[in-house]
Amino acid sequence: MKIIVRGAALALLTSVALPASAAECIAPANPGGGWDFTCRQIGRIMTELELVPNMVQVTNLAGAGGGVAYAQVVSKRSDDPELFVAASSATTTRLAQDAFAGATADQVRWVGSIGGDPGVIVVAKDSPIQGLNDLVEAVKADPGSVAFAGGSAVGGFDHLKVLMLLGDAGVEDMRKIKYIGMDGGADAITQTVGGFAQAMTGDMSEITGFIRSGDVRPIAVLSEERVAGFDDVPTAKEQGVDTVAMNWRGIYVPKDISDEDYQRWVDHLTAVGQSEQWQTVMAENGLEPYLVTGAEFQSFVDENIAEIQELSREIGLLK
Amino acid sequence: MDILSNLAMGLSIALSPYTLVLAIVGCFVGTIIGALPGLGPSNGVALLIPISFSLGLDAISALVLLTSVYYGAMYGGRISSILLNIPGDEPAMMTTLDGYPMARQGMAGEALVVSGVASFVGAFLATVGLMVFAPYLARVAYQFGPAEYFALYMLAFCTLGGIGSSNQAKAALAAAIGLAIAMIGLDKTTGMPRFTFGELHLMDGVDFLVAIVGLFAVAEIFHFIESHGRDSAIGVKLGKILVPWKMLRQTSGAMLRGSGIGFIAGVLPGAGASLGSFLAYMGEKSAASDKDSFGRGNPRGVAAPEAGNNAAAGGALVPMLTLGVPGSGTTAVLLALLLTLNITPGPLLFTERPEVVWSLIASLLVANVVLLLMNVPMVKVFVKILSVPAWVLLPGVTMIAFVGIYSLTGSSFDMLMMVGFGVLGYVMRKLDIPTVPVILGILLGNSMEDNLRRAMVLSDGDWTYLFSSPIALGLWIAAIMGFVAPIFLRRFLKKPPLPATDPTLNED
Repeated sequence: MKIIVRGAALALLTSVALPASAAECIAPANPGGGWDFTCRQIGRIMTELELVPNMVQVTNLAGAGGGVAYAQVVSKRSDDPELFVAASSATTTRLAQDAFAGATADQVRWVGSIGGDPGVIVVAKDSPIQGLNDLVEAVKADPGSVAFAGGSAVGGFDHLKVLMLLGDAGVEDMRKIKYIGMDGGADAITQTVGGFAQAMTGDMSEITGFIRSGDVRPIAVLSEERVAGFDDVPTAKEQGVDTVAMNWRGIYVPKDISDEDYQRWVDHLTAVGQSEQWQTVMAENGLEPYLVTGAEFQSFVDENIAEIQELSREIGLLK
Repeated sequence: MDILSNLAMGLSIALSPYTLVLAIVGCFVGTIIGALPGLGPSNGVALLIPISFSLGLDAISALVLLTSVYYGAMYGGRISSILLNIPGDEPAMMTTLDGYPMARQGMAGEALVVSGVASFVGAFLATVGLMVFAPYLARVAYQFGPAEYFALYMLAFCTLGGIGSSNQAKAALAAAIGLAIAMIGLDKTTGMPRFTFGELHLMDGVDFLVAIVGLFAVAEIFHFIESHGRDSAIGVKLGKILVPWKMLRQTSGAMLRGSGIGFIAGVLPGAGASLGSFLAYMGEKSAASDKDSFGRGNPRGVAAPEAGNNAAAGGALVPMLTLGVPGSGTTAVLLALLLTLNITPGPLLFTERPEVVWSLIASLLVANVVLLLMNVPMVKVFVKILSVPAWVLLPGVTMIAFVGIYSLTGSSFDMLMMVGFGVLGYVMRKLDIPTVPVILGILLGNSMEDNLRRAMVLSDGDWTYLFSSPIALGLWIAAIMGFVAPIFLRRFLKKPPLPATDPTLNED
């Protein structure tokens, strides 16, 4: 019995410390989050499409909202051609706000985005706010009367969505907009349904269950077009505010790999993005197609960072 | 009757021979993970997620395996708390207070059996509560805003002083140290890093598992080295294990009360198992007529927190399943598992995917029975693992502590920090300052501060907002009573004799 016990413990320990094999994806968070999801799904489909010889090894390297992984890729593995790292809007947001201890976006190569989770603003079902214009009017009349709850800290992407939206709608003073950062989207919904906050800002996929159960009412989705399955939710654009805020899911690779290797990852990601398997994954997880790769994605990242830096300066997060 | 037919459906899915084997394996592995310091339910479950994928398990089987591990770890945490004075995971921390003194008095077997039965009672009642009340309880979360949560944490802090049996000032000092450590990291309300000194690893704050393993396990190792093993926790002898029926009867009230308190704490998202076991222990202590015997091996001080933490583990599944809000670190990992299985917990889960919910509940019940059978008659097997000679066990504990902490984030920084906490724990032990309040300070400090800050944002800095709802007021009154009442009561009661220095606690 004793031997079995120790054997089991040993097996458990060794299974944690398997050596890395061919292609590797770093998920800069613990198992289960969005980045882990990106790594595991992209990795699985790459293997199924036989783009890579073996299983893609997923390494979880959590810390500092992706900062620990970023620092390690930049400083230690800058020429590893078999490595790619999961990223999302949160990565560029933190890079823009200099939250990665001085690291900058040009220290890696951005491969592309493969899907996006559109931003959405919801209110409790019994809220007097009926549409985006009501919300904007309420904020303009008295910014203190509308508190937004979101799943990220102040300055995080959920907060920035509100700022982008209200900025585009003509609200002048960003500092007056009330925002409370909760521990995740579901927490923020609870606070909104409970009436402690007046509106909630989050990603579409976080909220679908609550929209369908009728606990909350979506007033605007921040995508180019209406989201399939939620055809009665109007976009912000239709309501006269041209704001698109996608929480994109994508990958970056180390900077010092050859151009051929970079192009190989771009091709792989494009193949995954166009595969049937990925369409299924997106449909099941409330993601929208958002395939932007290569040079086009590089410039998207640069613009995105510039915009976030401007907003962050306005709310005093950046000097 | 709906519940029964649903449960029958769940059991019919969860009770195939294959899933039963998975449940037994999961319970066994979980108990070991729980008993090993540094490996708790959350990293235990996190470690097994990739394994369950590579085994190619379907959704139900994966759920059975991982909930068994989850409950198993909740049971297992108490073993090292009682035998080594090192909590296997954070909710088992309160069990060290009375469990270890019991073991020192030669009652290790009794302590293990009582706590095992208490774990079963807590987990079983919580599962029943989950079954019957989940849809209604989901609404409770809507009643708790920042002000209410702040008052709830205040209640916990106001009862903290009573934790150290001899010197309240030292307990308060320890809690303050914990609070200070909790301030490290990214501040949610301004988005600014605090006390990180540009160190990326400090951005997320100090993980309380690092603190627990350092303060308890590493400090114990230092102490062992200094004393060459004399008076050390390691090497408690375990006699023949008989079921102490009388003791079980005596503690049955404590188990029931602990379950109730724990379940409620679990249902509130953000409170979790540690708060559940803490409040269960403090509640039991304040209700008892023989307060002085707590902290010196009172079986009720073992039964209440164990029932509390297991009930909270079950209770935490309520907001996780009905709202998608994880109530604790472990439910956060289980939530992640559900999401990867394409099951999105939320208000519609019970109606849209009943087979998932009910097979989950059924597997919880199965895991519970398996664990009771495993932990009471077979407790010796687990104890054997811990009762090898000290020269084998200590390096083993050290190694597992390092591996466990490394597996958290995969960074050596956390291991260094753990050693730092070990030194702190050693110094505190020399100064006779309790370490449990430090952990509670870290654990509760962040949430308490976040909620205060949110309340202030919502109310434009008007502090009366904190007292603006009946729930908040009720919690404040309870908190004030918990803090002030002992001071006055002491005056009415006869001046208690100075607590005799407890030979089992203060011999160093």
